[in-house]
Amino acid sequence: MAEKQTTKTTYQIPIGPIHPALKEPVMFEFEIDGERIIDVDVQLGHVHRAIEWTGMRRNPIQIIYLAERICGICSFVHPFAFVRAVENACDIEVPERANYLRVVHGELERIASHMLWAGVAAHEIGFDSVLYLTWEMREKVLDLTEILTGNRVTKAILTIGGIRRDITEDLKPKIAETMKYLKDNYKHLAHVYLDDKTFKLRSQNCGILTYEDALKLCAVGPTTRASGVKKDVRVDQPYAAYSDFDMDYMTPDKLTGEVNGDVYDRIITRLLEVKQSIELIEQAVDQLPAGDLVSEPKIPKLLNYIKKTAGEGIGRDEAPRGEVIHYVKFDGEHEEPYTWKVRASTYNNILPWIPMLKGEQIADIPIVAASTDPCMSCTNRVTVIDQNKRYMLDKEQLHKLSVQKTRRLMK
Amino acid sequence: MGFSMLGPVFKQMFKKPWTNKFPAKYQPNNTTKYLADVAAGKAKINPPVPTPEGFRGKIQYDKEKCIGCKLCMKVCPCGAIEFKEKEKKIKIYLARCCFCSQCNDVCPTKCLSMGDEFLLAGADPYEKDLVVE
Repeated sequence: MAEKQTTKTTYQIPIGPIHPALKEPVMFEFEIDGERIIDVDVQLGHVHRAIEWTGMRRNPIQIIYLAERICGICSFVHPFAFVRAVENACDIEVPERANYLRVVHGELERIASHMLWAGVAAHEIGFDSVLYLTWEMREKVLDLTEILTGNRVTKAILTIGGIRRDITEDLKPKIAETMKYLKDNYKHLAHVYLDDKTFKLRSQNCGILTYEDALKLCAVGPTTRASGVKKDVRVDQPYAAYSDFDMDYMTPDKLTGEVNGDVYDRIITRLLEVKQSIELIEQAVDQLPAGDLVSEPKIPKLLNYIKKTAGEGIGRDEAPRGEVIHYVKFDGEHEEPYTWKVRASTYNNILPWIPMLKGEQIADIPIVAASTDPCMSCTNRVTVIDQNKRYMLDKEQLHKLSVQKTRRLMK
Repeated sequence: MGFSMLGPVFKQMFKKPWTNKFPAKYQPNNTTKYLADVAAGKAKINPPVPTPEGFRGKIQYDKEKCIGCKLCMKVCPCGAIEFKEKEKKIKIYLARCCFCSQCNDVCPTKCLSMGDEFLLAGADPYEKDLVVE
């Protein structure tokens, strides 16, 4: 007697590019078995805006403001990386005071970004009252940003070879006031995120990224530090004035003594970094050295100097989400850069989604995806569209194209 | 520990709302009528939060000082500045301006400065309020 056989099949769920659970357009294809996720595929390229192409037709001063608009939240670190790339390419020295001020603004942005992330994470698990609590604190940081730079979000504070606005003596009490407010409220915030039952239920043992995977997939920023990898550009290769401060990698074992690499650890890492940033700002404002703000105040002279310089440079810095790299090349004849390449931090943090999401439930997708703090508009750098058909390039094809280009250039 | 947000949520019930109700405290029944009333002086606008010092608002242009050197046009990231050949003066389209104040920094005669006006929404990008000349 033949037994009746039933075969279980998996099914696919596409989520995105436009979906209420996603803040920015990204396309997921999930392979689902019952409630468990078996496989994940991520497709990018929905918000490609040709920023690099636009930048190659503008002079470096104009590109600063274009780089600022790569990402709304990282509106300091992107121009910072670009400015550092130009300084690297053209050998421009930055005055010490400007370096300290750059640290203050960079850390201020880190606090605002981590607060924003914390609120979004709370919203993703359905805990909206915490969203309002964190964003109330973030509002104070934005108010301080407005006082220091004149704008709330797009700060427009950097220039090649320095910084555009000074922190004068009468602004220092305002910074101290905001830092005191943040420190007073930090305790309660940490208590809510680390001890609350709702957070623990949803974040512990959820979306685990192991130490090995984090290393193998080149994750950056808080995502990798939460897995115990000691990687931070500010400590590894100190830029600006970071080498003057005593700072360490913020891994979750500093607080709990163990590393799990789950969503809860990513929350701990970011909270610890907020505290670290507050301390850094206080130290930087205290130790602010006297001196110039810019090395070359005459912009036409600076542009003329860059025009005559041939060379290439790399600028990297630690964004709230991880390492940002800008590459720029000047040919010595034109003001416009010959090449400008941006690598945003989310680009590295996309692949870790796959080990994080495998084996999780469908309902965990938003919080796990949000736990890396993804920023799609930063990431989308290349889209290949041929007669409205997207196609993938494998290694051999890329090699072939590369050879063709070399031949074309040699003619 | 259990529910750490209960305390703050209860406290919040007895606090005043943080938001500054601008331009009117309550939604008027008829917005165009309300605006007409404000123009006629019958109704008053609830004032906005004052802008901080160094705020980057609408650009102020001192036409007399301008020497027509075109440096502002060279550094403007959005191409918002147009040169009037006959007069040798500039014209700024605020609909394109990104309020970076780079033109103020580069200006050799300091004829440009940032004001504190920020209500710059309009239906027509070329309307009188949105073009500085």
